Amino acid sequence: MNATLDAVLALMLPVMALFSLNARDERSAVIGFMALGLLLALAWVRLGAVDVALTEAAIGALTGVLLLGAASAAVSVAVPRTGSPLLRGLLALAAALVAAGVAVIVAGAPDPAPSLAAAAVAHLGALELGNPVTAVLLAYRALDTLLETVVVLLALIGVWSLAGEGEWRGAPAAPGGTASRPVVLLARLLPPVGLVVAVHLLWVGADAPGGKFQAATLIAAMWLLVLMAGLRAPPELGGARLRGLIAAGPAVFIAIGLAGFLVPGQFLAYPEGWAKAAIIVIEVALTASLAAMLALIVLGPGTGERRT
Amino acid sequence: MSGPLLYGLAAAALIGLGLHGVLAHAAPLRRVLAFNLVGAGVFLLFGVGARRGAAAGLPGDPVPQALVITGIVVAFAATALAMALIRRLAILRAAAAGTPEEGAAPAAAPPRETR
Repeated sequence: MNATLDAVLALMLPVMALFSLNARDERSAVIGFMALGLLLALAWVRLGAVDVALTEAAIGALTGVLLLGAASAAVSVAVPRTGSPLLRGLLALAAALVAAGVAVIVAGAPDPAPSLAAAAVAHLGALELGNPVTAVLLAYRALDTLLETVVVLLALIGVWSLAGEGEWRGAPAAPGGTASRPVVLLARLLPPVGLVVAVHLLWVGADAPGGKFQAATLIAAMWLLVLMAGLRAPPELGGARLRGLIAAGPAVFIAIGLAGFLVPGQFLAYPEGWAKAAIIVIEVALTASLAAMLALIVLGPGTGERRT
Repeated sequence: MSGPLLYGLAAAALIGLGLHGVLAHAAPLRRVLAFNLVGAGVFLLFGVGARRGAAAGLPGDPVPQALVITGIVVAFAATALAMALIRRLAILRAAAAGTPEEGAAPAAAPPRETR
């Protein structure tokens, strides 16, 4: 039964990718891509990575809003197909060769693979954490998480910088078009539940699958839903409070990291006995900032007063 | 055939399809989607490695899993930036062609620089 499920899933992934690449119009391509994301989430569960599955499924909601918005906007820049049939054939051959090479490597890779699982579990007690993935994200490899947060911030600045002349301080356009009544109803009913689930995910992330990425993505999705329904207007991007919220997460993370120089004597090292407290502070601050950043990235650059 | 190997082969197929899509497709949105397919395939390879490295009572090696979580969020941020660039390009082209920006008309003239 499980082997069949694996086989079907593994087969569906490339099939859905093919559909997405070759769909007739952009909208179908995006919907195919979203379906692929859900299949991937299932694959992650089957691979024993529930944390990753949650992230994949949650980010899929944001990707959907983002890509469907882009597909419906004036994106269809008609470019003629380029290249001779020979060149296209060579391209397909080259891509197939790369895929075959990767497949050979995967088939020949050692099984069981070299693993850091034992090392990751060994120090969980000192961190007072039960979820080794959270331990990797916020203790062993906290630097990666810090840099990742900054990358998201840089991407947001990049998106904002694409605003028209003199419009960058204004509010971005509301996502979606005119909201239908079911969407409005959904936007009234779902956010309270979503927020509770997000806080739960954040809190249990210490011991069970979950954590700040999943929680932040969920909060961002809830905010976008409210905006799509037109219950609230998108915020002005020039506001000091908004920018403070965005900067708070990385700032707290860096401050705690720098404090590590004072007590244990290393950047991002937590003082003995205070690891759990430091991790919780970082997680809460990052959740708030990441939620705002992810939602604002989807909303796009400011449009000023000129509602386009 | 073991489960991880199946997903490994699917990952290889995703990488191949995505690579071809990035190079062969002309529409920007499809290229971004294809690029994400390559990313999804690479992440899945990490998952296969993590699954094969299952030890110490865990279903998989947590280190590659954590890397993938970080990777997914970064890939999303990059995709969003690409979408914003595509939208801006469309707006500039529409302005250059003298049509309303929702018109989706292909630009006859090259995009006009605004600054």
